Amino acid sequence: MTPIEAAPVLELRDVRAAYGRIEVLHGISLQVPAGKVVALLGPNGAGKTTALKVATGQHPATAGHVHVGGRHVNGCRPDALARLGVCTIPEGRGIFRNLTVRENLRMATYGGTSESVVLDRAFHRFPRLGDRRNQLAGTLSGGEQQMLAVARGLAVDPALLLIDELSMGLAPLIVAELYELVAAIAAEGVSVLVVEQFARTVLGVADLAVVMQHGNVVASGVPSDLQAELSAAYFGASA
Amino acid sequence: MRDLLTVLVLALSSGAIYALAASGLVVTYTTSGIFNFAHGAIAMFAAFMYWQLRSGDAWHLPAPVALLLVLGVFAPALGYAIDRLIMRRLHDASPITRIVVPIGLLVALIQLASVIWPPDRVNATLHLFFEKPKGSASNASATTLSIGGVHLTYHQVIVFVVALVVALALRLFLYRTRTGIAMRAVVDNRDLAALNGADADRVSSMSWALGSMLAALAGILIAPILALDQVQLTLLVINAYAVAMVGKLRSLPLTVVGALILGLAIESTKKYGNHLPHAFNWITVDTVPVLMLFIVLLVVPQDRESLIGAARDRTRVPMPTVAHAVLAGAGLVAAAVIVPSFVHGNALGSVGYGLALAIVALSLVPLIGFAGQISLAQLGFAGVGAVVMFKVGADGNPLALLAVIVVCAAVGALVALPVLRLRGLYLALATMAFALFLEKAVFTRFDKFKDGDGAIGRIRLPGLSLRSDRANLVVMAFVFAVIGVGVAELRRGPFGRRLQAMKDSPAACTTLGLDLTRTKLQIFALSSAIAGLGGALLGGWRGKAGPEQFSLLQGALPGLPLVLLAVVGGITAVAGALLGGLLLALMPLVGDAVPTIRNLMTVAPGLAGISLARNPSGAVAQMSDNVRALLFRRRRDDDSGADGEEPPDDLRARLVPELVGVGGPASAAELRALDDELGLSWGRCDGDPADQ
Ligand SMILES: Nc1ncnc2c1ncn2[C@@H]1O[C@H](COP(=O)(O)OP(=O)(O)O)[C@@H](O)[C@H]1O
Ligand SMILES: [Mg+2]
Repeated sequence: MTPIEAAPVLELRDVRAAYGRIEVLHGISLQVPAGKVVALLGPNGAGKTTALKVATGQHPATAGHVHVGGRHVNGCRPDALARLGVCTIPEGRGIFRNLTVRENLRMATYGGTSESVVLDRAFHRFPRLGDRRNQLAGTLSGGEQQMLAVARGLAVDPALLLIDELSMGLAPLIVAELYELVAAIAAEGVSVLVVEQFARTVLGVADLAVVMQHGNVVASGVPSDLQAELSAAYFGASA
Repeated sequence: MRDLLTVLVLALSSGAIYALAASGLVVTYTTSGIFNFAHGAIAMFAAFMYWQLRSGDAWHLPAPVALLLVLGVFAPALGYAIDRLIMRRLHDASPITRIVVPIGLLVALIQLASVIWPPDRVNATLHLFFEKPKGSASNASATTLSIGGVHLTYHQVIVFVVALVVALALRLFLYRTRTGIAMRAVVDNRDLAALNGADADRVSSMSWALGSMLAALAGILIAPILALDQVQLTLLVINAYAVAMVGKLRSLPLTVVGALILGLAIESTKKYGNHLPHAFNWITVDTVPVLMLFIVLLVVPQDRESLIGAARDRTRVPMPTVAHAVLAGAGLVAAAVIVPSFVHGNALGSVGYGLALAIVALSLVPLIGFAGQISLAQLGFAGVGAVVMFKVGADGNPLALLAVIVVCAAVGALVALPVLRLRGLYLALATMAFALFLEKAVFTRFDKFKDGDGAIGRIRLPGLSLRSDRANLVVMAFVFAVIGVGVAELRRGPFGRRLQAMKDSPAACTTLGLDLTRTKLQIFALSSAIAGLGGALLGGWRGKAGPEQFSLLQGALPGLPLVLLAVVGGITAVAGALLGGLLLALMPLVGDAVPTIRNLMTVAPGLAGISLARNPSGAVAQMSDNVRALLFRRRRDDDSGADGEEPPDDLRARLVPELVGVGGPASAAELRALDDELGLSWGRCDGDPADQ
């Protein structure tokens, strides 16, 4: 692993989590160093979304520790974490379908950024959203909806950006475009954790990668070194 | 021409009241996703509160102070408390729970108000605003003003202006302020709202406070025009359901349009109603709102979001073996033989009444419990049964029961036909409209019956006297037992599986080619036939019957509490229906026996309904789970296994799959609550102190 200078912005240590009596995270550890883009990879059902939910306070850890910016945040509520600068773009479309584009962005101002700044940044980056500011978000195309979701991450200038399967259901070209944007956000010093199923999608963007399988972290390191572990994880050979 | 103008102006002013009442309903629905059945009851309660503060017979505060206290303090606090204590638990509850719990609140508030302000002792009336006190010498022009030759009271003008201001202010608030936008965002996607940093709990508390304030405002403005009466006032606001439905419970402008339509319909019925041809004499001021609700529900497309967003129903359906069911039935019949030896007079009367109600409640088990189809009209169907019995079987001819079954099944299917595509809340409201229609336009058509004096004889068989209390009780127990066994058996068969499939996923059924139309018609017909039987037997037990016994809210043992208690008993279990029916009839008895808890007993059905927010599976399921957990714990102790050991496989197989709903993500707190309820919380490692 690459040496880490400052304290990581996000750290999960030996985290376990369960749905009812069924444990789905069996003690995972991962770090997002300051200013880096970390990819969390793994096949469907590996526990990536659950790990993200533990990190954002949406799901309780049954054991282990969650640190954000060096602070112990087990049991923190998701809205409190969000106001502290953790911006999460959840799985599926992270937008309010029955609100207009503009109202969606207005909701992003709870973090403390003023409305005019949020709108400026979002519409500057995505003029297409600006044209549709009074349209209901649910009536946008899939790509535009995901743009709106990412625009939030861009506009609020978070300390930590968490993105779950940005690529889901989108054409490769749009995905590439969106990830270019994530790279741009990261270039401004934002630490990012991106969850994806396929390494290829994020290879150009991620500094580090962590591979999960069956609720365990099975490998971590520089993305290009992880091809072997990844194919093992996907094709079922035991790691 | 002049008449027309009068109607128009009056329609504007009564439409304004409905708009006001309905806008509160829309606010709570759009911001919490829960249809507040108790909206009318809150309005009623606040109006009484205002009377208490304002009236010369009570505390006699000046009007502005009283208004401020009710609208600014009491109503918001009530709404806030309702959200904190009750509605907050309903976010991922099943559709039935989300409907039944607010109905519980409605019933509880009505009963509470009649405990605090007993109608027979407190003569509460509110005056119109700016009305000159009675006795003072004043001419009419001091309290009325004339617009284009139409006389209006100042009160009517105030209502109109207030409604206008409220509509505009609401629109601005919900679309222009961040808090208003957050309210809408929380309904849209609660988790995402939290990820944005909005405190979803606080936002929804605020919306309940606001909704409650609007209800209070409507109540205070309506009460002087109508009467300050617990049930009437609540029902009047139920008229607002139709109005709010025009805007699909979401759109305030359409709600205003709906209010004007209703105002116009009511005022023109008032004016021209007696010119209607005889065949249409069921169109009266009383039935117009109900008809409008029914029609609007049929015409307006269902809100798909509200259907898709609803969590799956996780209530367990117990499957007793045939032997168990028959044994339990025999036990019930035996109990009916024995009970009259110990219980007499009034108490016995209540036991029989309760058993008849249990049969009506039993009709809900296949309908709600198995098929997931909500009906609030079962006691209405029972009334139809009683009417048929009154007409053709007043002498107790058992063949008349056949007629009851046939007619009620037909009526049930007939009702189901137009509402085939309705589900959840929409179905509940449509059946409620039908129940009110029965009550106001059908039961009142039969002489004697309409006065509560429709003689109905007890069943007699040739050569067998079944007229004694004991024999009649046994007959009812027998009928309950037979239907109960049948219902339990039904659940095991192919029809039962179809019902379950319909409950779990109507969409999947359609793709699989299951014909839901027929299934739905069949289940409605079956269920109303059972209810009708219950009604016929109920009439026989009492010897006479009338609309009083079969109304939705009025009367001693009305329909809504029956649905409540059936669901509380456990709507998926036959035993739950028995418990529900008996509870409804016996609770007042307990209150009479122990006067210190009489008031508590009065409010109990509503409170029980509210308690479902905690335990949606009902009492019977809870008890059997507790017993199971106890047995399991004992077995575990015997095994001398280490603490925290996995439960034996057979038990897990029975408990776990029902526990973890596969449909949607379950919150940790919910899963924990379920585990606690089932006694499975041992060995859990609590990693989330904030959640405790
Ligand atoms: N709400 C839930 N209830 C029960 N089990 C769940 C729930 N959500 C996810 N799981 C289970 O947890 C495991 C991990 O899921 P998830 O974190 O969504 O994986 P990923 O995001 O990697 O596809 C899976 O086996 C899944 O079935
Ligand atoms: Mg996932």
